[in-house]
Amino acid sequence: MVRSRGWGSDAMTMPFYVSPEQLIKDKADYARKGIARGRSVVVVQVDEGILLVAENPSRALHKISEIYDRIGFAAVGKYNEFENLRVAGVRLADMRGYAYDRIDVTGRSLANAYAQTLGTIFTEAAKPYEVELVVAEVGAEAAHDQIYRLTFDGSVADEHGFVAMGGSSESIAAHLAEHWAEGMTLADGVHLAIAALARSVPPGSPTTSNGLREIPLTHLEVALLERDRPRRTFRRIGADRLRELADG
Amino acid sequence: MPSTLPPAFSPVGEASFAAFLSQHRPDLLSRLVTEGTGPVDAPHGTTIVGATWADGVVMAGDRRATMGNVIAQRSIEKVFAADDHACIGIAGSAGIALELVRLFQVELEHYEKIEGSALSLDGKANRLSTMLRSNLGLAMQGLAAVPMLAGYDLAQETGRIFSYDVTGGRYEEHDFYSVGSGAVFARGSLKKLFRKELGETEAVEICVEALYDAADDDSATGGPDMARKIFPVVAVVDAAGFRRVDPDELERICQAVVDRRMQRPDGPVARMGQ
Repeated sequence: MVRSRGWGSDAMTMPFYVSPEQLIKDKADYARKGIARGRSVVVVQVDEGILLVAENPSRALHKISEIYDRIGFAAVGKYNEFENLRVAGVRLADMRGYAYDRIDVTGRSLANAYAQTLGTIFTEAAKPYEVELVVAEVGAEAAHDQIYRLTFDGSVADEHGFVAMGGSSESIAAHLAEHWAEGMTLADGVHLAIAALARSVPPGSPTTSNGLREIPLTHLEVALLERDRPRRTFRRIGADRLRELADG
Repeated sequence: MPSTLPPAFSPVGEASFAAFLSQHRPDLLSRLVTEGTGPVDAPHGTTIVGATWADGVVMAGDRRATMGNVIAQRSIEKVFAADDHACIGIAGSAGIALELVRLFQVELEHYEKIEGSALSLDGKANRLSTMLRSNLGLAMQGLAAVPMLAGYDLAQETGRIFSYDVTGGRYEEHDFYSVGSGAVFARGSLKKLFRKELGETEAVEICVEALYDAADDDSATGGPDMARKIFPVVAVVDAAGFRRVDPDELERICQAVVDRRMQRPDGPVARMGQ
């Protein structure tokens, strides 16, 4: 084969210059788009603990999970990516608890490890993780609850009261901001979470007369970090109990 | 702690905590065989008994740890929840045994969290077997720990008991079993007291009786200490899960056993021809 000559072919092999600002922006846009495509998760602080609710038709692929005694995990975005982080978090927590004591496993240190990991992936890998996470740690009293929200670039926000992630999270968060109140009961929290999720209406999906979406209870994955439980506080709320809470 | 999660934390498909530790933090596992021979002077835990009843299983352990002829601990606990539906009791070198229990507990919880569902009872029993085998080096130096596993099998809807040897051999026992220095006496007692139709409270009672008999003939097993109110640890596992017998209830049962022994020091009489 004859080697082609001329400056045009050299330009083909030379990488285009992309400014760091543009590179970061492109990655962030890419991650944001991926996250917005999925369904939403809300985390709501209630009197009985911290309530985690995901719109998730799958019974097998969880978006909400237990990490440790008082620590729960919720995620939106690409399943294989956040599952990877979840498993790593369980390993880290179990290892710390075994090396020191169960009481030494904290949500803060886990959130930190996630932040560092996501940050490194965002800057160093060609493709950022398309995920957003919540690490929630239930305290003995509501005042000691900690809810950390982690985004694809490794930034951490210390949230108070509620979080909405994924899908059209702005409209959900707006609803939560309007209606969330300190000292809500679990049943109130479930009602609020369902009403908030109904605000997320992907284009083309059927809506009720008032422009909201009807989400069947079977499409909800719900769990509670139960404040007053000893040791492992994470409990999934099954279909029957969820119906009781939603109808009550 | 490293600031980012190392790549070792990410492999897919590995749900064993012990396997993860041996790869990533082998220093946390007590598997080192040290130089030197001869027995090591360390506390030994003694007798564990277990009995099934119609809807579950009971496990009880005395509270004594000995070091030679000295009572090293009079309030040691040797029966623990392994998870929601299993309990583990240990006899032998106390330090090794307690560490084994701790690792086993994390192992089961770790599996449950990673996989999203609990191991089967047989799976738990096999897992314990493997973990025990990896302690063989220590066992050969005289630091042997011998566990007993009892649990409620959610699939078979019955209580089951497993015994082990130091090489990791796993044996399913039927109706009742005992391990530790006073096991021979305890098992003789259980043999005479066990009946298939026992209820939960009766199963607890015969376990306390069996430990009393073990303490009667084995100096390393402690009987109920009425003066200090130190009673055996008694756990029940059934469909509803693991629970320790309520302390007041246990005190009442122990008091009744001791009172009966005041009348007849050798315990209940087995009637011939029944």
